[in-house]
Amino acid sequence: MTNGYHIVVCGSIVPDPLQTLEPVSTSTGPALKNETMLPAILDPWAAHALYEAADLATRFPGSKVWLVSVGPKAKLQQVMMTIAQKVSFEFVPVDASASGFSDAHSSAAILAETIQGIPGLDRSRLLIFGGWESASRGAGATMQLVGERLAILDQFQGVDTLNVQDDGSFEVLERIEGGRHQVSVCPGPPALFGWATGHLPEPRNNPQVGMANMRTVMPALQRAKSVPIQAGGLHYLSASLPKQQRQTRVVKDLSAEQVAYEIAEWIRK
Amino acid sequence: MVNSILFLAHVSESGGTLPKTAYEVLGVALKLSQQTGARLTIGLIGSNLEAAAETIAAAGAGRILAVTGPDFATARYASDAAAAEAVCRAAQAELILAPATSRFMRVLAGVAHRLNGCVDTHVTSLEAVDGEVQATRWYYRQRIEGVIRRDVRPWIVSLESGCGAPWVNPASTGAPAKTEIEEIPLTLSDVARRTVVAGIHAPKSDAQTIRPDAKLLFVAGAGWTKKQSDGKPHVDQAETLILEFLRNSGASLGGSKSLVDLSGESQAVLGFMTHLNQVGQTGSTPRHPKGLSTCCHGEEPHVVGWRFINERRAVNLDPNCGWARGKADVLYVADAFEVMTKLNALLSERSRSQPIPEVAAQLV
Repeated sequence: MTNGYHIVVCGSIVPDPLQTLEPVSTSTGPALKNETMLPAILDPWAAHALYEAADLATRFPGSKVWLVSVGPKAKLQQVMMTIAQKVSFEFVPVDASASGFSDAHSSAAILAETIQGIPGLDRSRLLIFGGWESASRGAGATMQLVGERLAILDQFQGVDTLNVQDDGSFEVLERIEGGRHQVSVCPGPPALFGWATGHLPEPRNNPQVGMANMRTVMPALQRAKSVPIQAGGLHYLSASLPKQQRQTRVVKDLSAEQVAYEIAEWIRK
Repeated sequence: MVNSILFLAHVSESGGTLPKTAYEVLGVALKLSQQTGARLTIGLIGSNLEAAAETIAAAGAGRILAVTGPDFATARYASDAAAAEAVCRAAQAELILAPATSRFMRVLAGVAHRLNGCVDTHVTSLEAVDGEVQATRWYYRQRIEGVIRRDVRPWIVSLESGCGAPWVNPASTGAPAKTEIEEIPLTLSDVARRTVVAGIHAPKSDAQTIRPDAKLLFVAGAGWTKKQSDGKPHVDQAETLILEFLRNSGASLGGSKSLVDLSGESQAVLGFMTHLNQVGQTGSTPRHPKGLSTCCHGEEPHVVGWRFINERRAVNLDPNCGWARGKADVLYVADAFEVMTKLNALLSERSRSQPIPEVAAQLV
């Protein structure tokens, strides 16, 4: 049986989904207009990964959760004000751009290097968690690249379920086409899991957890290394908003029967 | 400038062919090969490749390379990454094109790292402009469209379905084409065999609401579970209406985040709606020719998931909802319960006299 897991969650920050996003050109490539002013949240899939990590850690005494997050310090601090109240973790911030236009290879290199620098991390108990994609770049590449850099060959993406079985092995359900799941069995750590939504609801804010976390979050933010993200040979030729704007026909004066008939005809065509 | 292109694919689950998207990617690879003069190689991965290879043997590739054997039958990171790496090294291609299947999306970035190359995923179009290859993909969940190029080679690009017309053998006689496959020997280490694929979990066929090949996406919003005009919610009726519509129309079911999240908030929910159905910024971005939204406000985070839905209609009681602001072609300001009841009756009547093929097939 396990003495608990060392779970490292990789989670970046993204603009609040309700914000309007507009690209602008900068000397280093595209960026978001007023990016520093946009309120940020923890990337939704990474947040699911964090909640699953915390849940797993609760069920297996001796476990510990680290949250490794790359983003501008001020934004990370803003996001931590809410996330730190949800679950217990040790925060490992890296002060760097969280732009969706940055290169996944460069982001992965920073993440992997940061994880390798966490003191006391035990590879025989190591689980790397993260979102399978982000709401910024949305490439589904970063976690794989982190896994490769850490020489982890048991990788799973689009994970919705991770069951620890009696013998310590993991039963993993990954999303595949057609609303189905592939079921795999992995004998144990080290392994990497790119989470989809999982099954856990968002934990309620717990001020006590928040106070405990913030004791380490603020010093960690002050110590955070500032790192440039390399372009990695990636060139943007353009970045633009979609031009398609539909001329919506608003139909207010038809009966339910007439609407149904019109929709049925439209479906049939 | 690109001198060599590798079209990389795996066999489909059934084993006798390639995934549908792979034929579209092959079409793109051939077009690029013609535009740039690059030589084309085909690389295949799977347990038994003969039948699948025959379907593309006439594509005109210089070589067909393959990693085959029982170890490569299922989608496992360690074995698929090793196989793809071996094929890519053997092909020595500068540009590697692959379909964005769940199997390949799991490994291509890792393969790019092993090759000291780079990867771009979810690419929706690839073009050669003045001999330079440019890829188009979306950022911030389909909100911003970017066009990129890369200096690093090899460049692995996974293309989404709908990126081009599927390749079809123009001179097909119906008889299988002769194929000469160069097998690349590959023995997996024990470490690469640690994980075992145990099977597939799929909902029962009558409970399967996600149908990627359906012509219509039907999206249900949280309004279905809210209080109706009589002051009470009618979740049971909503479930019946939606399931009946899915049966009658053969549509695929999507949901808004607010609806699928209700289950985590101990509210009345539609029993068949899960996070797998969620469409939008934190859900999926399905591809269907038509989409019908009901009881959903059409807010931006949801509608970004409709980026690849061509014709859009919505039924909502609010004439000022998001759909009215240029996001749908038609917005019907009406009660979805009433409309869907009438619509089901119409479709049911029509399917009795003229069954929709895909629905009829499900009923057999």
